[in-house]
Formats: sequence, C-alpha cells, structure tokens
Amino acid sequence: MNTDLNKLLSQFKATGVETSFHGRHIKPQILDGLNGTNWSVKDYEARGGYQALRKILGKDGGEGLTQDQVIATVKESGLRGRGGAGFPTGLKWSFMPRQFPGQKYLVCNSDEGEPGTFKDRDIMQFNPHIVIEGMAIAAYAMGISVGYNYIHGEIFETYERFQIALEEARAAGYLGTQILGSTFSFQLHATHGFGAYICGEETALLESLEGKKGQPRFKPPFPASYGLYGKPTTINNTETFAAVPWIIRNGGQAYLQCGKPNNGGTKIYSISGDVERPGNYEIPMGTPFSVLLELAGGVKGGRALKAVIPGGSSAPILPANIMMDITMDYDSIAKAGSMLGSGAVIVLDETRCMVKTLLRLSYFYMHESCGQCTPCREGTGWLWRVVDRIEKGEGRESDLALLDNVAENIMGRTICALGDAAAMPVRGMLKHFRDEFQYHIAHKTCLVAATV
Amino acid sequence: MSTTEKKGLDLKSLEPVPSEFSKEVLARFAVEVAKYPNEQKQSAVMACLSIVQQINGFVDASDELFLSKYLDMSPMAVHEVSTFYNMYNLEPLGKFKINVCTNLPCQLRGGLNALEYLCKKLDAAVGETTKDGLFTLQPGECMGACADAPVLLVNDRNMCSFMSMEKIDQLIDGLKHVAVKGDQA
Repeated sequence: MNTDLNKLLSQFKATGVETSFHGRHIKPQILDGLNGTNWSVKDYEARGGYQALRKILGKDGGEGLTQDQVIATVKESGLRGRGGAGFPTGLKWSFMPRQFPGQKYLVCNSDEGEPGTFKDRDIMQFNPHIVIEGMAIAAYAMGISVGYNYIHGEIFETYERFQIALEEARAAGYLGTQILGSTFSFQLHATHGFGAYICGEETALLESLEGKKGQPRFKPPFPASYGLYGKPTTINNTETFAAVPWIIRNGGQAYLQCGKPNNGGTKIYSISGDVERPGNYEIPMGTPFSVLLELAGGVKGGRALKAVIPGGSSAPILPANIMMDITMDYDSIAKAGSMLGSGAVIVLDETRCMVKTLLRLSYFYMHESCGQCTPCREGTGWLWRVVDRIEKGEGRESDLALLDNVAENIMGRTICALGDAAAMPVRGMLKHFRDEFQYHIAHKTCLVAATV
Repeated sequence: MSTTEKKGLDLKSLEPVPSEFSKEVLARFAVEVAKYPNEQKQSAVMACLSIVQQINGFVDASDELFLSKYLDMSPMAVHEVSTFYNMYNLEPLGKFKINVCTNLPCQLRGGLNALEYLCKKLDAAVGETTKDGLFTLQPGECMGACADAPVLLVNDRNMCSFMSMEKIDQLIDGLKHVAVKGDQA
C-alpha cells in the first residue's frame, strides 16, 4: 500500500518551479542557480559552497579568520534577523559569552508559520547546505559545539530532506569532530514541531525543543545567558544563517552595498494573495515595492491594488497609495507605520472586504494563543467575536471603540509578542479602513462585493 | 467514596498498560533520543509521538505511558505535549486525515473553496470522518506554503500543492483506490 500511496502523493508535491525557479530575482545570493534538483552537497560545492567555512578555518590556503573577525564581518554587513524582529545579527552573536566554560547551543528557527511566509521551506528544500554552512560558521564564531534546526512540523518532507543534507555534510567532513582537519567541532541535528504557531517565538521554541509544551518564557534572562537546557544559546532564523556564507566569501562591505545603509544585503520576499505569480523573490533590500509587485506579475486579473500586509499577518496593513511609495526594507516600512517582519507580502485587490480579512486573522490568533497570559488568551477571543459580529451584520455602534480598547489592553501586557501580533492588525485596519468597518456596522453588509 | 467504587468497578482495570513497539520502531525512537544529551531524553518526545501517530494513526494513554518510561518523564508531561500541539490525533480518525489550509493567504487563493469542495465531495462536515472510515477533514492553520494554495496535508507528512478541484478529484479517487487495494492485499 505504501508504494502506491507514495506514488500517488508524489504527483502533488511542489517542485519550486512556480515559487522559486522563475528567474525573476534581482541579484540573488541564496536562491541563485537553483533548479530544484541541485540541492546535494556536490552541487552546493560546485556553486562555491563550503568555501566560506574553508576560509574561516584557514583551509583554503589562507590564514583563516578569528572568532572576532567573523563577528566583525557580520556586524559590518548590516545583516539583520530575517525571522521578523530585524535585530542586528552580528550584535546578537557578540552577546554570546564566548569564554563560558560549559555547553553552549546554536539553534536555527525554521518554525516558519507566520501566515504569508514560505521562504525558509524553499531554502531548506532546495539549498539545505547553505543553512548548514551558515550555522557552522556561526558556531565557530561563538565557540559552540552543538546545534539544532527546529523545523515546522507541517513541512515534513523538508525536514527529511534536511536530515539527508546533514548526513551528506557529516560524510564530507563539514560537520562533526575536527571539521576539515581543524580543531573546530560542531554537531548539528534536525528536529521538528507538530502544529503550534507559538513555537516560532524563540523561547517557546526552546521549551518545545526541551520536550515541553511551547509556552514562551519571560525575558530576561535572554537565551544568550539562559537558553536551551538553561545554557547560553543563540537563535537565528533560517534565512539569516543562509545569508552568512556569502558575507564571509565577499566581505561585510559588499553585502551592505547590496542593500542600503542599516539594511544590508538581499531579502527573500514571499508574495501571496492577489498577484499573478505568487512566490519567493530575492531582491536587494531597499527595492521599491512597485518593482516587487511587477516581478510577481502585478495584481491578479489586472485589478486595482487595495492594500498590502507587508511583513506577515502580524504586520499592520497599509493602503495601496502608501505601499506604492515605499521601498522594501526595515526602516522604510517602519516609517510608514508597519513592519518588514519576515518579508511576507500579502496582497489584497480592490474586491476584498477588510472586515472579512481581519476576521480570518483574528481567528488565527485566538486559535494559536498559548493561553499563558490572560490579556492574550481572553483578548484574542474578544477581538475575534467582535469582528465576527460586525461581519455578520450584528455590529454595534460602540464596537470600533471596543476593538481599540481590547487591542490596547493586550499590547505590552503579555510575556511574548503574540499578543502584540494579534492586536497590531486590528489597529492597522481601524487606522486605515475605519470607514469600511463603520459601513459594515451601519448597513449590516459589505462596502465591496465580498469575495474573500 | 466515589460512585465508581460504590458500583464495585475495578479502577485498576481502567489504568493504561504501556504500549509495545516493534524492534524497528524502537530503533527509530533511539535515533531521535541520540540527538540530545543523555540527561535530556525528554527532548525526543515530539518526534517519538509523531512516529507513533504515523504507525497507529493516533496516540493514546498507553503510548504516552510507554514514552514516559522510555524518555524518563512523567506520563502527564507527555500528555501535556500531545494535547498542546495541533497535529497530534488523540483518537482514531479516518485512514486519511486531510488538513486544508484556510488561513488568509490561502483563503485569498481558494483554500476555503477547496475545503468546501472536499466536504461536498465526501459528504462530510469539517471535523468529521466519512462513514466508510476513510477520510477525516480538518481545516488547518498556516503550513508555510502560501504561494502553493490551495494546500493540504495528507496524514501530517505529505503536503499536496496547487490543489484545484480536478486535482482534489484525482487525489481522493487515488486514495480510495489505494485503500481498496490495501484491503485486498
């Protein structure tokens, strides 16, 4: 039965052709030269893979780089965390107590579940060794000997692919003890989640990695001092690690120059929703949104753009006129009142009802609240119920003030950012599309012919 | 005295007995445990539970009891994990569990329509198992494959992308065929 079943299911597997191998990137680094079949260690080496690891270990004929030099290079590159928070990576690495005598850990956050985001899956599926090399370099820089890659449970085939890549890397001497004949040793393992959005939060991920339910920890202490099993731990996103080999090979300055000041390098944007060609697009930081939209084939069916959620479902929505004027980088989007987040761009055309859009997101946050903090556990339910009754034509005059009030009372009052993530879309919607909500309440129906 | 004791029920008989697993399965558990430090076996609980589910279709108290002993943790700590994560099945479901992503990015590209189409095609409501015991339909939250919408998972580990109605027909017919063939074998 299993052979028949696998044969049947294999027909429906994604090949990456639509999402990553469309040839519509601009100066790609991570997705460069990929075709879906060239993911093995040999193919990666042929693309210059593991040269950066050789370089820092002095196994390319050079002198090698010290830990400080590696961290300084990453700082110089302006690389910022690609998981959502945008924290400077080099700075994060420098927080690690390198002289700490006990065990330290390196963790890759591949629990990619922010609605709209699907870049880490394609990186690990089609270029897994770039993540392994990035992690090995990070481990060297911080003097870490053991690492884990925590992979989203819903992408099990990618988890299995990554495990094969780990085997390859071990066999080729890029992982394990005395890597490439140096004194540096690093063991890396793959591990998986099983359906909990909250585990994308770094301390919830650590709890989950310890075999517990994924409820976030109070910070401080931060993972750099009290992380996995209570040991110093550095956690970065998959795409962040994947950016590192290029930086080491080409220098921090070169990476910075790919983007714009304080926003170095390329970024993979996942575009979904109402566009002709949804997919991943790797482009330099600071590229205008209008260019990105064009790469994605424009708004579906030639319709007009209504609004964009620019950085994953937690990011406040921005109306079309603001979006068409901004560039895609941390600072520009923050200035416009939203956030770059994970780089997940959800596009909504003129036919979309904003009440219905918010309703689905509010349901999601209620469903995924871990229940630990009362403002989030109760507040996300309130948000969903109020939006639901507005959508059903049972909204009250006072409901918009109530939504504002509940959102305000969640924000800043919870252990982790899921509460803020649930409140921010509500506030963004009410800021930019208040009229549409008011219309729904007054007329008990939609301003647009709802097709969401 | 509780009512059950008054009725003379043997409470002992209700206590779970630890499950037993084949050598092959135990070897798979061991691979997971080996990833973690000796005193941190508990870290393997997620993977071990998912292996049990892959084999049996769900996890129950007997499985949890076995894993609690195997991984040096309390049975309640195992239960906390199996009840916290959405993908663990705590009761028997259809032979094929189908989760359709209905989150916003997928909804914008036919995710909800795909789920509704499946419900109609299989004559089952969301959350229900079909009368023949073959399919259980569930909505899903973001699977991290939004550009592939409509997206669905078959038995947790198999993602199916770009599931138009024609492809859903093809999938369901194929799964039925596989099940019939499997029963005959």
